Amino acid sequence: MQNHILSIILFTPLLGALVLLFVPKENKDAIRWIANLFSLGGFLISLPLVPMFWAQRFEPGFKFIEGSPSNWIPTIGAGYLIGIDGISFLLIMLTTLLGWISILSSWTAIENRVKEYYVWFLILQTGMLGVFMALDFFLFFVFWEAMLVPMYLLIGIWGGPRKLYAAIKFFLYTLAGSVLMLLGILFLYFHHHALTGIYTFSLTALYQTAPKIYSDPAYGPNIAILLFFAFFFAFAIKVPMFPFHTWLPDAHVEAPTAGSVILAGVLLKMGTYGFIRFSLPFFPDVLMHTRVRTWMIVLSLIAIIYGALVSLMQKDMKKLVAYSSVSHLGFCTLGIFALTPLGLSGSVLQQVNHGISTGALFLIVGILYERRHTREIAEYGGISNVMPVYATITMIMFLSSMGLPLLNGFVGEFTILQGTFMENWRWGAWAVPGVVLAAAYLLWLYQRVFFGTVTNPKNEKLHDLTPREVLTFVPLLIMAFWIGLYPKPFFQILEQPVNQIVANVRTPQSGGVVNAATQPDAAQAPIATTAAVIDAPTRVQPTKGTK
Amino acid sequence: MFLTHIWLIPLLPAVGAAVMFFFGRRLQKATVSAVCVGSIVLAFILACGAVWQYSAWSSTSDNFHKPYQTILCTWLGSDTGHLNYRTQDGSPAPLQADVGFLLDPLSSIWLLFVTGVGMLIHIYSTGYMAHEGGYYRFFGYLNLFMFSMLTLILANNYVLLFVGWEGVGLCSYLLIGFYFHRKSASDAAAKAFIVNRIGDAGFLLGMFFIAWYFGSLRFIEVTHIAHSGRFSIGDPIITAATLLLFVGACGKSAQLPLYIWLPDAMEGPTPVSALIHAATMVTAGVYMVARSNALFVLAPTSMKTVAIVGALTAIFAASIGLVQNDIKRVLAYSTVSQLGYMFLALGVGAFAAGVFHVFTHAFFKALLFLGAGSVIHSMSGEQDMRNMGDLGHRIPITHRTMFIATLAIAGIFPFAGFFSKDAILWETWSREGGAYRFLWYVGYATALMTAFYMFRLMYLTFHGRPRMSHEAEHHIHESPMSMTVPLIVLALCAVGTGWLGWPHSLGGSDRFTKFLEPVFAGEARVLQEEGRTSQLVAGVEEQHNSSTEWLLMALSLAAAGLGWGMAWRSYRHADKGYTEPIAAAVPPVYDVLLHKYYVDEGYDYVFTGRRKLGNVRLGVLGLGTASAWFDTHVVDGAVNAAGWITRLTGTISSWWDKWIIDGIGVNGPATLARILSYPARLFEWGLVQWYALVMTAGLVGFVFYYVYR
Amino acid sequence: MLHITTLHYLVLGAALFLLGVIGVLTRRNVVIVLMSIELILNAVNLNLVAFSRLWGGLHGQIFAIFVITDAAAEAAVGLGILIAFFRNKETVNIDEVNLLKW
Repeated sequence: MQNHILSIILFTPLLGALVLLFVPKENKDAIRWIANLFSLGGFLISLPLVPMFWAQRFEPGFKFIEGSPSNWIPTIGAGYLIGIDGISFLLIMLTTLLGWISILSSWTAIENRVKEYYVWFLILQTGMLGVFMALDFFLFFVFWEAMLVPMYLLIGIWGGPRKLYAAIKFFLYTLAGSVLMLLGILFLYFHHHALTGIYTFSLTALYQTAPKIYSDPAYGPNIAILLFFAFFFAFAIKVPMFPFHTWLPDAHVEAPTAGSVILAGVLLKMGTYGFIRFSLPFFPDVLMHTRVRTWMIVLSLIAIIYGALVSLMQKDMKKLVAYSSVSHLGFCTLGIFALTPLGLSGSVLQQVNHGISTGALFLIVGILYERRHTREIAEYGGISNVMPVYATITMIMFLSSMGLPLLNGFVGEFTILQGTFMENWRWGAWAVPGVVLAAAYLLWLYQRVFFGTVTNPKNEKLHDLTPREVLTFVPLLIMAFWIGLYPKPFFQILEQPVNQIVANVRTPQSGGVVNAATQPDAAQAPIATTAAVIDAPTRVQPTKGTK
Repeated sequence: MFLTHIWLIPLLPAVGAAVMFFFGRRLQKATVSAVCVGSIVLAFILACGAVWQYSAWSSTSDNFHKPYQTILCTWLGSDTGHLNYRTQDGSPAPLQADVGFLLDPLSSIWLLFVTGVGMLIHIYSTGYMAHEGGYYRFFGYLNLFMFSMLTLILANNYVLLFVGWEGVGLCSYLLIGFYFHRKSASDAAAKAFIVNRIGDAGFLLGMFFIAWYFGSLRFIEVTHIAHSGRFSIGDPIITAATLLLFVGACGKSAQLPLYIWLPDAMEGPTPVSALIHAATMVTAGVYMVARSNALFVLAPTSMKTVAIVGALTAIFAASIGLVQNDIKRVLAYSTVSQLGYMFLALGVGAFAAGVFHVFTHAFFKALLFLGAGSVIHSMSGEQDMRNMGDLGHRIPITHRTMFIATLAIAGIFPFAGFFSKDAILWETWSREGGAYRFLWYVGYATALMTAFYMFRLMYLTFHGRPRMSHEAEHHIHESPMSMTVPLIVLALCAVGTGWLGWPHSLGGSDRFTKFLEPVFAGEARVLQEEGRTSQLVAGVEEQHNSSTEWLLMALSLAAAGLGWGMAWRSYRHADKGYTEPIAAAVPPVYDVLLHKYYVDEGYDYVFTGRRKLGNVRLGVLGLGTASAWFDTHVVDGAVNAAGWITRLTGTISSWWDKWIIDGIGVNGPATLARILSYPARLFEWGLVQWYALVMTAGLVGFVFYYVYR
Repeated sequence: MLHITTLHYLVLGAALFLLGVIGVLTRRNVVIVLMSIELILNAVNLNLVAFSRLWGGLHGQIFAIFVITDAAAEAAVGLGILIAFFRNKETVNIDEVNLLKW
């Protein structure tokens, strides 16, 4: 159990999908029960990970490592190698939670092809978990591509009127990025072989060699920058960063509610996760010594403000929330490319927050859609008269999304902004209008949908939330308040990996080619120096109280 | 005991709010009142106890004049000291925001009047809201507001203060939008929140500058470092930080140019206007600037800005107040104007005088609003003063208490406003060797206007001829005890609180300023270190010049009297269709004032874009429209164009493949073969048995051939 | 008692062969065509066995057994094809077997 907990978490949804295959498709309720059971089980099984991880949160490196490099396809050096650190831990917990919630929320929303729906959803769940766990680049890429197909089908089969357009756009756009990433992976793979004589996709091995490309006279900075962009396109499309974001509104609008929740809550995080896990450690010099980083920051800032502005003008609720995602993810990428411990930890925290808040927002829109089959804002008004509980939950989630203190959004945004500001105050200053605009578009939406009197007779008979629907919100509300009121555990979980990544990026890489075959110890250097940089002279903790 | 459990003070209303949130719907009105009012009464008792204990504690020799700080736990940050950022000198500092509370004279004053006035307004609300729907919701929001406000006051660091700061903004939003059926109410609520958010953005940035410069956000540490003499006066970063903080204060305390939300906020129930938009929340900006006084004195530019903005706001809002007809709007503009006074005081460096005015203002302005609420209550919801008149003897308690408050705000001796307003005017005149004397004239003119519009309000409401409909006249009644008792208590405060600051020149001891001395004392030290002692000495000399002070007092009393007299002359006999003196004298000015200088319209044209300028939409909505167009047509257009080009290439390729490669290259030879095959095919007619017959015949033929050859 | 010589067998074989050929060439029913083919094969068998007896070797008999096996396989495959064909066209008329006709 202790040694295989990650594998168990990873494959529980897949097992559920297998079991579902043996249930006759006419028996819809049995299918729903089994799918819910397995998704809840997947969440519950991931809970023991929390205390286990908590006990070793300050230890460096990856934890719960399973498998070994090249035990899967030895001839090419691909292995089933999984493991987590604080960053992937939080994202895994988010995935299992959101997976359960979105499957629970689909109970009445999905009426046709029920069996296929749940099977694909559970497969998707395994794919996403695998992306966050993989420590082998080949395995990562397999999972990365594997979860593309279920999502494509979820949008394409159970989606709205323009589902085919949206699904194909999503698939092709994402695939285009992935192909470039594959090229990048192969380059790093052969480069590692050239230096060490070993064929491997293992991340920890590539961490040693990839940063050397920049200063290697055989390749040089330009090749490193090209490689950075090969990865950048894959991740930026996934995030999505401006100007690669237009697939997102279409996909969100057409996807079924649960699909949107997972899409916003987890899938987008793969892009940011990719930046943190791959782009930063692989190309430190590109980020530290070239203008690339400024471009990244500028794109993030554009996303923040531009996303909010576009969001302000939307007439479709789901599209509004989708563009707000662009804005929020702008904060996440801003925090990442600020390359400070605060920015990075705030960014991961904000990713979790965005999963919680925006996931809830999509559920909220989905509930109205299920009742009225329209998402046009103009169709609504005065909803808080007929659905008071719903209105209250919506208000809390809106506030969390716009970053009100004591709710989760604030903690992430504040940390990102502070981390960015300390790196360059102009970057922080440009991001702040996003906070104001967030309040504007969300409150305006709330006013138009919930305030006033019921003007549309079709809205008079709407019934308030059912217990099942309330249940889908309860965990999200608890998480929103928890992160808002007591974020310390989250900061402690993130502290070690974040400091390590920042130290890796900011430590000057050794110049010239290091032939690791002759100098095996040199390859270990960057990891070994991690702790020294940030920990060095910490400020003396002020004594508590002055009494 | 009270001091160590100071965290209970904000927690109690939070518990009340939580109870309302979860169970309020099922509770009786009496239970709701008991829980919510009870929590505030308890908080008030605890607050009194804490302040009493603090004054004992801080007069011991160990802790002489020290602030009391207690830290419960870390809120933001990992608490391990390893999650750091770099300050301006490159040294690491942790991300740190505590759940910590600070009590010093400054927060003591706010604590006392917030809980005190809050308690009275809670009691008043039980009467005022008795017949309204959403009773539990109202009290839940009020308690949530008290929690946020007390957090704001008691916070020991900027981030926790910001929590309260945003929290009061949220409660203000919820309470302004309490009557959410009305479009105007929800508009006003959203406006209040978003305008406040603009200020908050400035506050956030100011906070980051402080964190970057000082490596801490705790008040005690920031003040300590600021006083340490490491920074010179006029330091650009501190100037930027303080200016940004002041942007936040402008949003929260309704100063130019962000004041626009406050008059609209009158859409909320009247007790809310009294509590949030007059007495407590809007003074949060003053509190924050006073709290950061150690930084502001290092930034003379910021101080000048604060003073000038304050003075301009004071006269600007007062002039609008001269002609408004809605009773609550007059009071709202009066609040904006009085807040301007407070900032004027802070800006000239007279922090204690500013805080003193906050203190007295809290009582008489709350009283005015509650009185106005009582008037509206008795008039069955009518707010337009043109439809009032002659209410004086029908609702006598309301009339008398409001009259006291009017005397206080107009600055008539010996009511509270006289002392605080005169302190401000005197400090404006004398500080910095008279450098701010031009602002005194502004303040003086404002005092005249204040007296005029307040007495105008009194005469139009309580005197003259009755101008309401007969039906409304029939229903006029004095308010219940739960409403009149708070009025009487507040009236007593409006008389007496000013005496705490009885100036030296009139033989008093100015205990208020003395009480606040430990908070603001550092300022004098900084000024001396910077070698501006000469100016300071000049100021001190002038302070002893009592005859000037007496002259100024007499002048401001004269202004108050003049304003009173003008209002008396114009409105004493106001009947239906009475004439406004300003409208009679200069109609265009009246028009501009009545439309509030067209500021809202201007903002709608330029900043929000809710109104189109010709065919062009400017402002945020204009930007939004442009961005949305850009997104669908350019960004997404590019994506779709890429898709279209791919498809076009595909179509061409497929045509080439079908007609050229396959058509000529592959099918061409096939067709040729087929044409050539026609003659051969003639032999194949497809009947198997015929083939067999031919075969057999051939066979037989061969046999015969070979046998009979 | 008439002594049966090889010639008798050959005459019988020729007769059977002729019958078979005429059946194959004239009948339209595929089943009968198949049966006629069996007749032809059996005429061949008769010849093989007769010559085997005449020359005293076993080759002819072995060949006859091969032919019988072959006939069985041919009948099975032929009937199988016929059934498949019948399912499609609902007829066993050989004239209508014209799918491959150009």
